[in-house]
Amino acid sequence: MADQKGKIGKQVVLPLSKAVEISVKSIKTRLGRSMITASGIVLAIAFLMSIFVSSSINKALLEKGSAGISIQLQNLGEEEQVKQIWLVVLSLLVCVVGIANATLMSVTERYKEIGTMKCLGALDRFIIKLFLLESGFMGLIGSIAGALLGGLLITIVSSINYGLEVITKFPVIDFLYYFVIAVALGTVLSVIGAVYPAYTAARMVPADAMRSEI
Amino acid sequence: MAEENVVRTRNVKKVFVMGNVALEALKGINLEIRRGEYISIMGPSGSGKSTLFNMIGGLDKPTEGKVYIDEVDVAQLDAYELAWLRCRKIGYIFQTFNLIPVMTALENVTLPMTFAGMSTDESIDKGIRLLTMVGLGDRFQHKPIELSGGQQQRVAVARALANDPAIILADEPTGNLDLKTGKEIIDLLRKMNEEQEVTIISATHDLKMLDVSDRVFWIRDGKVERVERRADLDLNIGTVEGE
Repeated sequence: MADQKGKIGKQVVLPLSKAVEISVKSIKTRLGRSMITASGIVLAIAFLMSIFVSSSINKALLEKGSAGISIQLQNLGEEEQVKQIWLVVLSLLVCVVGIANATLMSVTERYKEIGTMKCLGALDRFIIKLFLLESGFMGLIGSIAGALLGGLLITIVSSINYGLEVITKFPVIDFLYYFVIAVALGTVLSVIGAVYPAYTAARMVPADAMRSEI
Repeated sequence: MAEENVVRTRNVKKVFVMGNVALEALKGINLEIRRGEYISIMGPSGSGKSTLFNMIGGLDKPTEGKVYIDEVDVAQLDAYELAWLRCRKIGYIFQTFNLIPVMTALENVTLPMTFAGMSTDESIDKGIRLLTMVGLGDRFQHKPIELSGGQQQRVAVARALANDPAIILADEPTGNLDLKTGKEIIDLLRKMNEEQEVTIISATHDLKMLDVSDRVFWIRDGKVERVERRADLDLNIGTVEGE
């Protein structure tokens, strides 16, 4: 102890593997809450995916499907599609706001945990890292669930409308392509939604850990 | 080594500005704490006790004056150095235990070691050793919620010792515990003080604390009202209880 007197170092570390471990634990421990937060992204991504898949199914049927279906499809207006795109964009925005809101609440709830971590030597960026990772994981899982759900539902609905040809002519490549896009978008949006709350959390002062009220 | 000052304050003042009102919480505090001492800071609420405590712990900076921890001026440190100081030099114990709820007892104890860059294997070994030392050798896989208040505070003591700090700062460590458990924690802190030679500074209302303290600082109205050694204490406890 004595030999270190007067010498102050700088290095404090939080390895990524440890950060991942802590944030996954955080999600698991508050599973109910995490699922509610993630449900926003599930729904928004399901909606997005359903639009993607329905348009690629329509395209596939127009190109390869029987004449009867083509006539049915041509009756669908352009206007309808524009409206749908607007709705998707709106639902994604609402979802980002929802995530920001939920994360802000969780920051307020966990002020003591954050303050304690800082007392133990955590830097601001450790706290940011933990919150972004947590939100990113929730976004990833939520988006996968949402993309599968949306894709599945729209395929069922289309098969009811146009018959089994939807299954035989199913655009598998397109589906996978859109799946990746939807999951990536959902994850990125979740992380974006958590940026401001994570920043707020990081700015909390360690003395907050001492507060015994609230 | 016994004469070294681990904490030294020079004319420390702290002013909080709330709207148009400036509140002077500390009005020039001078104190010296030697390595290996067991110090209690006593004082009524609103006396500036918590503010002083935060200064000594490197959690807050003075408006005026200097705070030296291990002969380093805290005001000169940047964010990285402060984090390093909190991680390696100071162990914190809180009234409300403040264990991270999602982690097990062992993970709570090893977290500061992770921050300090220790390898996982090494930190697990040391964590188990520390938990055994505080009497929780068989409960290290339990989550805080599965432990009693006294046990949680024991984990917190082990966590505070994680990086062999020079100072342990305990903020009302017995405030949320019943009498008997509180006594056990006080005894544990005293034991760590003697065996690990760690300086213990504790803010408290608990008169049981006085029994084991080497010195007691009485804070009133932002100033050190008096400093008492343990030898002088017995005479005065009666009057304290009467207050």
